[in-house]
Amino acid sequence: MNMGGPDMAPQRSARPGPVLEVSDLQTHFFSFGGTRVVKAVDRVSFTLHEGETLGLVGESGSGKTTTCLSIVGLLPRAARIVGGSVVFEGEDLTRKSQRELRRIRGRRIAMILQDPMASLNPLFTIFRQVAEPAFFHQQLRGRSLRERVQHLLRAVRIPSPEWRMREYPHQMSGGMRQRIVGAIALAGGPSLVIADEPTTNLDVTIQAQYLDLLKDIQRETGVALIFVTHNLGIVAKMCDKVAVMYAGKLIERGPVRELFDDPKHPYTRALLGAVPKLGSKEPLYSIPGQPPNLANLPAGCSFHPRCPEAVPRCVSEEPGDFHLGDGTVARCWLVEGKNEAGAHRGRTRS
Amino acid sequence: MPQFIIRRVLYSLVTLCILSATIFLVVRFTGDPVALMAEASARPEDLDRIRQQWGLDRSWPVQYVTFMQNAFKGELGKSFNYRLPVSELYFQRLPNSLTLGLAATLISLLIGVPAGIISAVKVNSWWDNVAKGVALLGLSIPGFWLGLVLILVFSVWLRWLPTSGAGDWRHVVMPALALGWYFAASMLRLTRSSMLEVLGSEYIKLARLKGLPDVVVIAMHAFKNALIPVFTLAGVNMVVMVNAAVIIEVIFAWPGIGRLLYEGIFQRDFPLVQGVVIMAGFMIVGINLVVDILYAFIDPRIRLTR
Repeated sequence: MNMGGPDMAPQRSARPGPVLEVSDLQTHFFSFGGTRVVKAVDRVSFTLHEGETLGLVGESGSGKTTTCLSIVGLLPRAARIVGGSVVFEGEDLTRKSQRELRRIRGRRIAMILQDPMASLNPLFTIFRQVAEPAFFHQQLRGRSLRERVQHLLRAVRIPSPEWRMREYPHQMSGGMRQRIVGAIALAGGPSLVIADEPTTNLDVTIQAQYLDLLKDIQRETGVALIFVTHNLGIVAKMCDKVAVMYAGKLIERGPVRELFDDPKHPYTRALLGAVPKLGSKEPLYSIPGQPPNLANLPAGCSFHPRCPEAVPRCVSEEPGDFHLGDGTVARCWLVEGKNEAGAHRGRTRS
Repeated sequence: MPQFIIRRVLYSLVTLCILSATIFLVVRFTGDPVALMAEASARPEDLDRIRQQWGLDRSWPVQYVTFMQNAFKGELGKSFNYRLPVSELYFQRLPNSLTLGLAATLISLLIGVPAGIISAVKVNSWWDNVAKGVALLGLSIPGFWLGLVLILVFSVWLRWLPTSGAGDWRHVVMPALALGWYFAASMLRLTRSSMLEVLGSEYIKLARLKGLPDVVVIAMHAFKNALIPVFTLAGVNMVVMVNAAVIIEVIFAWPGIGRLLYEGIFQRDFPLVQGVVIMAGFMIVGINLVVDILYAFIDPRIRLTR
C-alpha cells in the first residue's frame, strides 16, 4: 500500500539517539491542599527509538495513562511532575512552557484516545477536525489543506474521503471514527504517537483491522509508538518492547520475546498466567488480593502483600532496577545477582 | 427540516390551548369583576345589566368558546377597565416592554456568559469564587430591593438618572439593570456548569492534544457545545422579562406590559389578563421555535434526527 508522498513522513534529521527517553519520571497528585500525595508515576524510565513500539501494560490505575499525559504535558490540575525528565528528540519536555509544548503537541507528538465515540467534537465536520493540526501547525490553507485532509483520510482507509470529510462524527461507525482519530494523530507528521488503549471500545474484528492499520502506518512513516493496553495478546502482536506497571512503578521492562518467554518479576509472571488459554480446562488464574491504594502504599516492594514468592527483605526494603543480561530490567529482589549485567547495579532505596 | 417545523408548530398550538383554558379559569376564580365595574350604589338590576352587556351572564364553556373563536380571529376582547380592545393596549405597551426586556437580556448575556466561561476555565480559582459569590447574590437579592437601592444611589444621591418613567436611554438603565441582574446570575451559573461539563470531555482533550491555541479550544470547540442550554434559557428569560417584569415596571413606573398585567389583575379585568397571558404564551412558543431552529444550525445531530 502506498501511504503516499514524502509529506507523510515526519521531517526529522537522522538523529542517532532515541526518539524518547524517559528517566526517573515522577508525577504526583496533590489533594487536600497538598497534604495528601498520590504517587501516580514513581521513578519510571524507558527509552524508545524510531520505528519502535513500546507496550505499556498494567492493571487499571497503575499509572499508564498518567505516564502518557506527563509526556505530552496535559496532566490534570491536581497532578504535577516532581522529578525526572522526558527527553524527546534531544529536548527535555518537563522544562518546556505550555506554549512551547503546544507547538510540539499535535505536530511532533500525537495521541490517540480510548473512546472513539467521545473523542471527536460532535459539532464540527470531519474535514475541520482532521485539518486543524495542519492549519495551525503547518499553516496550510485552501486547496492544499483540502488535499492534505483527503490524503490523511485515504491513509487511514476511509472510503471516498472527498465526500466523507463533509460529514459529521455521528454519521460514522465506531471503527471509522477511531480511524479518523488516527488520521488526526498523523496530521502533523509526528515522530511519536501515543495510543492509549485505542481498541478497547471497538469490536474484535475492527480491533484487528485497526492494529494492522497502525502497523502499516508505522512501517511507512517510521513513527515510534507507545501502546497502552491491558491486552497482552495485542502486546505480543504489536510491540517490540514491553513495560509492565504496577502501583505507579515500572516493575519490569524489556524486549517482548524475552519478557514473554522468561518473565523475571512475579507480577509479570502472574499477569501472563492470568491470560486465558484456548482449550484449557483449568480455571483461569487470577492474582490474589487487590491492587494497592496509591495514597497508602505498603512499605518495601508495593507488590509484596500479593506476591507468592515474597522474602522478608521485600517487606522492608524497596528494590531498585536490576539490569539483566538478556536486556530486561526488573525491580525485584529475587533477580538480584541472577545473571545481572555487570555494569549496572540495582539502585536500592529504603 | 419542514417536517420538524410543522411538528413544532402543532405542539405549540396544543400548548397554547391548554394555557388559554388555564388562564380563563384562573381569572374567574379571582372574583366578580362586575362589582368593581359598577358604582358602589348600583342596584342588583344594574349589575345584571352590566353582566349581560359584557357577556358574563353566559355559562363558562360558552364564554370560553367565544373567547377562543375571537382569539383565532386575532381579537382578544375589550378591556373592562379601559373600554379599549386588549390588543390595542398590548401593542401600545409592547415597544416599551421590548426595549426594557432586550436591554435586560443584553445585560444578562454580557455579564453572565463571559463570567461563566472564565469561571469554568479557571475553576476553583479566586475568580471562580468571586463569580460564585456574585451569582449567589444575584439569585438571592430581590429585584424590587435592588431597584430601590439603585434609585436611592443614582437618582437621589448622585442625581445621574431619573427615578422613573420612560423617555430616553437614561430611563432604561436602572430598570434594565435591576431586571437583568437576576437573569445574569442564572446565566452565569448555567454557562459555568455547561462549560465545565464540556471542558471535561474527551474531544476537548483531543483538541488540546492537537496543540491548538487555548482560545480556539475554549471559544470554538468548547463554547459551541456549551451553547444549547444557554440559548434555551436566554430565550425563555427574554420572554419573561418582556411580559412579566411586573415588579420592576411598577417600581420604576415603566409603562410596559407588566404594569398593564398588574392593573388588569387588580381590576379583575378578565379580557386584559387573558389577552396578556395568551400573548406571552404566544411569544414563549415563538421564541422556543426560533431557539429550536437555531439548535439545528448549531448541532448537526438535531438537524438529521429531528
